[in-house]
Amino acid sequence: MTLPLFFFYVFSAITVASAFMVISARNPVHAVLFLILAFVNAAGLFMLAGAEFLALLLIVVYVGAVAVLFLFVVMMIDVDFAELKSGLLSYAPIGMVVGAILFLELLLVAGSFVIAPDVVGAGGLPIDATMDNTRALGLVLYTRYVFLFQGAAAVLLVAMIGAIVLTLRHRTGIKRQSTASQLGRKPSETVRNVKVKSGQGL
Amino acid sequence: MGLEIGLGHYLTVAAILFTLGVFGIFINRKNIIVILMSVELILLAVNLNLVAFSAHLNDLQGQVFALMILTVAAAEAAIGLAILVIFYRNRGTIAVEDVNMMKG
Repeated sequence: MTLPLFFFYVFSAITVASAFMVISARNPVHAVLFLILAFVNAAGLFMLAGAEFLALLLIVVYVGAVAVLFLFVVMMIDVDFAELKSGLLSYAPIGMVVGAILFLELLLVAGSFVIAPDVVGAGGLPIDATMDNTRALGLVLYTRYVFLFQGAAAVLLVAMIGAIVLTLRHRTGIKRQSTASQLGRKPSETVRNVKVKSGQGL
Repeated sequence: MGLEIGLGHYLTVAAILFTLGVFGIFINRKNIIVILMSVELILLAVNLNLVAFSAHLNDLQGQVFALMILTVAAAEAAIGLAILVIFYRNRGTIAVEDVNMMKG
């Protein structure tokens, strides 16, 4: 067994095992941590396939942003997760049936498909072995796929604005600092000069 | 891709991941957070397929596609979790059965 194949088996075994733990973990925090493990190992699989940029992007975007977002929400929401787990297995049989059928179908497709000979190399973006992956992606992303790239940016912008608009709330009845009224104070409104007779006080 | 790691290897791993994601939606029907995580697993399986075909066909387009899916998945997670947070704020629960205000 060669080294790449060995690493392929290691990465894929850990990915599949942690994906299983994601869906079966009792504690959702553990599920998120296993999701991180699955993504890191999937990044290893990407790396083995020669997609270095995507592998690192997977770690940055998923482990650095999405998984942390999940972790925040899981910890912020005070829900009895054990109660959500009750009746867990009542849907397991039908899930098992659907999963088994799906898996068999996918395996049948994966085992029997044929790539038409004229398709190979017809995509028009052959991978240049002398160029590193990041440079090759950047060269097409900013030229040939610039509108797709801008579209992705628009999707992210809309998602960002949407998330902010959805979760922003103005609470009434809490004390806030009002800079304008602070700056707008005049001495005549706030300071009072009082003549105090000596020995008597106010 | 290494010569000995074939397309079939990647497709099998992706098929297992996809199936686990679908199965996760079924067995965690009450917990929408885990359902969102299962969706992420499914999208990861799709990305794995695209990257494997990209390497097999020696074509960069698959990786561009995977990049776009990554973007959409991140946006989807952000919006989904935001909706989850305001739902929890309004109703005090995240159980999927309790999401029935629209009687759909």
